Amino acid sequence: MAAVATKTPFHVLAVDDSLPDRKLIERLLKTSSFQVTTVDSGSKALQFLGIHDAAVNLIITDYCMPGMTGYDLLKKIKESSSLRDIPVVIMSSENIPSRINRCLEEGADEFFLKPVRLSDMSKLKPHILKSRCKEHYHQEQHHQSDRNSDERGNPANSSSSDSINTRKRKAADNEEILPQANRSRHSWKQTD
Amino acid sequence: MRNLRLSSHSRRAALGDRGRRAHPDEVVAVGGYLDEQFCQVEDLQDDASPNFTEEVVTLFFKDSARLISNIEQALEKYPKDFSRWDAYMQQLKGSCSSIGASRMKSECMSFRDCCGQGNPEGCMRSFQKVKREHGALRQKLEAYFQLVRQAGPAGAATRPV
Repeated sequence: MAAVATKTPFHVLAVDDSLPDRKLIERLLKTSSFQVTTVDSGSKALQFLGIHDAAVNLIITDYCMPGMTGYDLLKKIKESSSLRDIPVVIMSSENIPSRINRCLEEGADEFFLKPVRLSDMSKLKPHILKSRCKEHYHQEQHHQSDRNSDERGNPANSSSSDSINTRKRKAADNEEILPQANRSRHSWKQTD
Repeated sequence: MRNLRLSSHSRRAALGDRGRRAHPDEVVAVGGYLDEQFCQVEDLQDDASPNFTEEVVTLFFKDSARLISNIEQALEKYPKDFSRWDAYMQQLKGSCSSIGASRMKSECMSFRDCCGQGNPEGCMRSFQKVKREHGALRQKLEAYFQLVRQAGPAGAATRPV
């Protein structure tokens, strides 16, 4: 069924316990044409993701938060088969190289030093598109292995990686994944 | 609806920064409350979000009042608990950083230095300075937003294109 190219903006989940910072990051993201959801804690982020994982294209989180830090949240995301491919960006007002490295090693895609600026927003889309490519690739793999299985007369395939791919494909269907060309955004407008 | 902003010249005048040609001592004494980050915040304001800057500043003062109160309590309830004091002040410093409150941020950093040195009297003195800067900043910004409101369309007209 040919789907109409819907121009849904990319959806970013922003996590920060500081009220003024939440307002700022929300505005930065909206100005950069993202759809934004903000939450004030890691646990609320996981709650939201549990319901909406397919609809979130990137997570940006503060590092220093009471209870669950941004690093703890990152780890939980990477441990989850349904969430691990969502790109994660960490923000911190402290420039501590060991902290930055730890986050990147754990799988964070980017580290922003606060205060975050409008120019930082242009770094987000490439990470989203990269994870999309991964999704497409996994889907292709899944289709391919299906075809191979059929040829061998063995349709059922219950490996865990396939269940991940199925979930991803469902997510993709929900979001009307189309060839990259249709998903390309207009040039990111920046206020001057 | 017109975006209520002062021209960059008017803004600098309102905040006490007389610009590059001002005598260096003057600039340090009068200006310097807010740095470039504040301009970044203002730049996010537009017709769709005409009161954005004031909204952020309001949230900042709500947040900073709470954090100052936390520190006050911690100084009393947890003597010489430098890591606790430092953790609270780190939050306050971060908030200052977000809106470009550079003078207040400096005092926050002094406090954290005293924590690092294990100097409780230094912390107390520094904390008083933090509170003073907080009060001064609040006054400055209240005056600033009044100016912005008064300037109205005229202010927008003097904006550089």
